[in-house]
Amino acid sequence: SSRAEFDLPEYSVRRRYQDFDWLRNKLEESQPTHLIPPLPEKFVVKGVVDRFSEEFVETRRKALDKFLKRITDHPVLSFNEHFNVFLTAKDLNAYKKQGITLLTRVGESVKHVTSGYKLRSRPLEFAAIGEYLDTFALKLGTIDRIAQRIIKEEIEYLVELREYGPVYSTWSALEGELAEPLEGVSACIGNCSTALEELTDDMTEDFLPVLREYILYADSMKSVLKKRDQVQAEYEAKLEAVALRKEDRPKVPTDVEKCQDRMECFNADLKADMERWQNNKRQDFRQLLMGMADKNIQYYEKCLMAWESIIPLLQEKQENKWQVH
Amino acid sequence: MTENNFWLKKMEISVSEAEKRTVRNAMNMQETYTAYLIETRSVEHTDGQSVLTDSLWRRYSEFELLRNYLLVYYPHIVVPPLPEKRAEFVWHKLSADNMDPDFVERRRIGLENFLLRVASHPILCRDKIFYLFLTQEGNWKETVNETGFQLKADSRLKALNATFRVKNPDKRFTDLKHYSDELQSVISHLLRVRARVADRLYGVYKVHGNYGRVFSEWSAIEKEMGDGLQSAGHHMDVYASSIDDILEDEEHYADQLKEYLFYAEALRAVCRKHELMQYDLEMAAQDLASKKQQCEELATGTVRTFSLKGMTTKLFGQETPEQREARIKVLEEQINEGEQQLKSKNLEGREFVKNAWADIERFKEQKNRDLKEALISYAVMQISMCKKGIQVWTNAKECFSKM
Repeated sequence: SSRAEFDLPEYSVRRRYQDFDWLRNKLEESQPTHLIPPLPEKFVVKGVVDRFSEEFVETRRKALDKFLKRITDHPVLSFNEHFNVFLTAKDLNAYKKQGITLLTRVGESVKHVTSGYKLRSRPLEFAAIGEYLDTFALKLGTIDRIAQRIIKEEIEYLVELREYGPVYSTWSALEGELAEPLEGVSACIGNCSTALEELTDDMTEDFLPVLREYILYADSMKSVLKKRDQVQAEYEAKLEAVALRKEDRPKVPTDVEKCQDRMECFNADLKADMERWQNNKRQDFRQLLMGMADKNIQYYEKCLMAWESIIPLLQEKQENKWQVH
Repeated sequence: MTENNFWLKKMEISVSEAEKRTVRNAMNMQETYTAYLIETRSVEHTDGQSVLTDSLWRRYSEFELLRNYLLVYYPHIVVPPLPEKRAEFVWHKLSADNMDPDFVERRRIGLENFLLRVASHPILCRDKIFYLFLTQEGNWKETVNETGFQLKADSRLKALNATFRVKNPDKRFTDLKHYSDELQSVISHLLRVRARVADRLYGVYKVHGNYGRVFSEWSAIEKEMGDGLQSAGHHMDVYASSIDDILEDEEHYADQLKEYLFYAEALRAVCRKHELMQYDLEMAAQDLASKKQQCEELATGTVRTFSLKGMTTKLFGQETPEQREARIKVLEEQINEGEQQLKSKNLEGREFVKNAWADIERFKEQKNRDLKEALISYAVMQISMCKKGIQVWTNAKECFSKM
């Protein structure tokens, strides 16, 4: 890093998942007006997924890397003290124990917003964001289910292929002149099976987790929207109360001013973050979907190569090589 | 029948149409069946033009009759098989209904193939009944039945699982019988698994169609991403619908395999025939040997072999010399007859082995050629499928890149 707050240009530290979880909580606490990127799923059903398998660890690593990159790219979050400590401290646990709650000015004030106030109506732009997030999460959920279904069907197809290929081998053992061609077809199907397995592994490891992350992202964003609503509700309620009390007019009491300030900051932060999020989302999905297309193209290219290479073998004229069976 | 030697070169046979017919059968019930139009064209030497010489309608059962006749009269020939009577090895989208147009179409092709195979066989093509099948619509069934071929049929050939203890079969035929059993087994297995593979592949492609719908819905809430998503979704729909044609083509491959599955049965029948002939020969030789023995014993007065006559003699008293003489005479006649029969059976057996083996060699070459072709066309189908897949996903990728 070339930033001033960091003492050294480079750091290397070891962190566990729970450290990341701690960081995220701290960020939510200290920067409640901002959209905090999601972490990969916390709980893993024991017995279903092997928490120590290479694939699982690698998938998680990529997700955690993405998490840190998103924070790094954020103009406000990247300056967060907790984040700094996370990246540099040799002994993070000691720091955690200190229970330091570094709240920004806004954070401090938002923390104390009472949740008793009900918002009459969301301003149009935030209502639109809310609706968008709802539909977005819904569509992503559908895509997740479709992707899972495709992987399931592909695996079932793979099971059959793995039985299909060897039958050609069995047949080949009965034949003379046809032995090589049949064996060739068997090997070919074997290669296609391997290619298919690679495709399903890739989709499981690279495609599904990113989808799920975005669904979690949308969920956490919706809660931030709700918090914003609360801030606005409090402001409006207090403003109304003041309007009814004729003594303080025309001067608006500092209390109400603070509320207004809070609300306007929140709105500004949120709007800026939404724009940034939309942009990143577009790039992320562009990359994700292009990646999906790519993997399918690679699968078909591998199969194509296998079948094309066998054509000359099939067309070969056997010069009485074998006894005609 | 002089022109029949070069049938295929001078004649073109095709099963060009199939038609559904309804008729009242013998029990006055409505019966629906499919009739097939067989057209025979003669190819003129000079200008290569073909002229329609014969055209008639036949139903599947008549084809069966023809084949059964050929099986009886040419037991040493590997008789080409008919396409399957009922749809088997179907995967879920394929209809098992005999009236289904796709099934009828594939059967039409199979029947044409059968006729072409018979017509191109050096021996079968000369058969009169076959010629009449192609040329005489009415009365053909009666003509076939008049040959009395059903009586000639060896019912033992139908009893596939009965074993006959043959001491000296021609080893080539024994080996070939094993081969045909194993071939049947492996091709059946292959066809079963292939049907399951087709089913699964269908599932994979069709689920992708759901992407089309959801991408479209999603594109509605997006600004810059919308167009890319929408057009990618369209490609997913194209992908999903492409599987129907792909699998239809693959059915032709399955049909080619099925033909050889059924050919294996025909091969087995020839081996079986040899087995039965050899069995009959050995039985006849055994019978002859025992009669000779009996004769000898009667002549010398020693009883070594068991005979019913011997037992009854023991029980009911000795026979007179006249009776014994008579019996010897009868036996000697039988022995003579037996020796003649054995000679001719031996000759028959050797002729059969020679002719059958010649046809088997012909069949083997045909099989190797045909199956190689089938594998090549299968590989070509797979290549085409892969290329289509690459095309669709490349198009989709481009749409995504524009998001």
